[in-house]
Amino acid sequence: MAEHDRPDLIERHGRQERLQHWVVALLFLLAAASGMALFHPALFWLAAVLGGGTWSVILHPFVGLAMALVFARFAAPQWGDNRLLPNDRVWLERLREVIEGRDEHLPEVGKYNAGQKVLYFVMVACVAVLALTGLAIWRRYFAGGLPVGVVRAAALLHALAAFVLVLGAVVHVAAALWVKGAVGAMTRGTVTIGWAWKHHRAWFRQMIRPTGGR
Amino acid sequence: MPLQSLDIVRRSATTTPSPMARAAAEVAVAKLIDTSKCIGCKACQTACMEWNDLRDEVGSCAGTYDNPRDLTDQSWTVMRFSEYENPKGDLEWLIRKDGCMHCADPGCLKACPSPGAIVQYANGIVDFHEEHCIGCGYCVAGCPFDVPRISKKDGKAYKCTLCSDRVAVGLEPACVKTCPTGAITFGTKEQLQHDAAERIVDLKSRGYEQAGLYDPAGVGGTHVMYVLHHADQPALYSGLPVAPRVSPVVRLWKGAAKPLALGAIALAAIAGLLNYVRVGAKEVDPADEAAAEREKEKAHG
Repeated sequence: MAEHDRPDLIERHGRQERLQHWVVALLFLLAAASGMALFHPALFWLAAVLGGGTWSVILHPFVGLAMALVFARFAAPQWGDNRLLPNDRVWLERLREVIEGRDEHLPEVGKYNAGQKVLYFVMVACVAVLALTGLAIWRRYFAGGLPVGVVRAAALLHALAAFVLVLGAVVHVAAALWVKGAVGAMTRGTVTIGWAWKHHRAWFRQMIRPTGGR
Repeated sequence: MPLQSLDIVRRSATTTPSPMARAAAEVAVAKLIDTSKCIGCKACQTACMEWNDLRDEVGSCAGTYDNPRDLTDQSWTVMRFSEYENPKGDLEWLIRKDGCMHCADPGCLKACPSPGAIVQYANGIVDFHEEHCIGCGYCVAGCPFDVPRISKKDGKAYKCTLCSDRVAVGLEPACVKTCPTGAITFGTKEQLQHDAAERIVDLKSRGYEQAGLYDPAGVGGTHVMYVLHHADQPALYSGLPVAPRVSPVVRLWKGAAKPLALGAIALAAIAGLLNYVRVGAKEVDPADEAAAEREKEKAHG
């Protein structure tokens, strides 16, 4: 299990989880670029990412579907760690302090903080909506068999869910770059005990128990 | 295909001006289909096939005169036959030549994400430029009349062009040229509205009290108009929409949602960056590591 033997490190994301994360990230970039190309003319140039407009239309649904499947595999085991607890409400109420970078008065945080948890559920919902509505507007296989009203509603919902997901991804990336050590957690898999103590103290206490973790 | 001799007033997925430098102001053209003069001979369908080099598959009889049964990428116009028993108990055979209505406010063009795949000429014709079509089918969702069809052969969208290639060189559309009863006429929209008004007076005098012109305002008017004996009940004519309009869902999707969503995403990214430089990176310092080390040792006794 442990990929390191340094006592000053704690494993945060296993090898499989990290691989899944980056596969999802890559597929998301391809799907988001090609999808946004069809959303706003100012972004049509992004269609070049998948080889132009026609290739985007052909490939985007497969890329999106692959993303949804890997994401489901990736996100399912994290459900338990993301359950919202009473302390999370306090954390969210003090969001201002979080943004200001003042953590002193925040409640202790488990493996994920309340912001990460909310983002988790938002992303799960968005990916589910995107997958379903994406099938409905997939002209090549499905859209022709559905009433036009359903296709229109699906197109709008698809755009809305994509918008929320992209917004979520922006927040996710910004937070990961802001909190030093977070990117390392998803590339090397480990964080320092100081990092765990500072940002996720409840999780830290759980991990240093002699029985070891969960 | 692009017609260099025609000004373009609107171009799909384009935010800059379309090519419209020509000096002469173009007159709005239109096609008027007088359902009260139509005998259902399908010469227009044949002329359309011939001029546009289209050959649909030979289908099977569905028990009606509709043949082919629906519009396809190879059948840009189809005669739709419906049998209507009027309140007097008489049978009326209502025949409508279906096809693109060339809306002044085209839902297909609004929905299309591919720059220049759908254009609207200054004369009012809405044309698909298939070489720019990416095959997404958004035009199908955008159209209030269910007209565009995606070809299985090349994945591109096709529909009636109002013979834009003929009109550009001063000819009338092929269906108009061939119609043996004069049920289909072509000219300036203004002239045809005038002609239709005269015909409607005539129809009313012959007992069709509700005769009228179908030029629906919900899509800004159309450049294909119908004279209907029962203009109060367009749906009698094989489901001609009573009050067509670009769906509010499509308007939101391809209207306000676009700048709002893009703006919000850009703002979020900028806010993230600015907060980073304002507050500074959140780093773990040696004191945190030491505190963690102490606590760990205590836990292990």
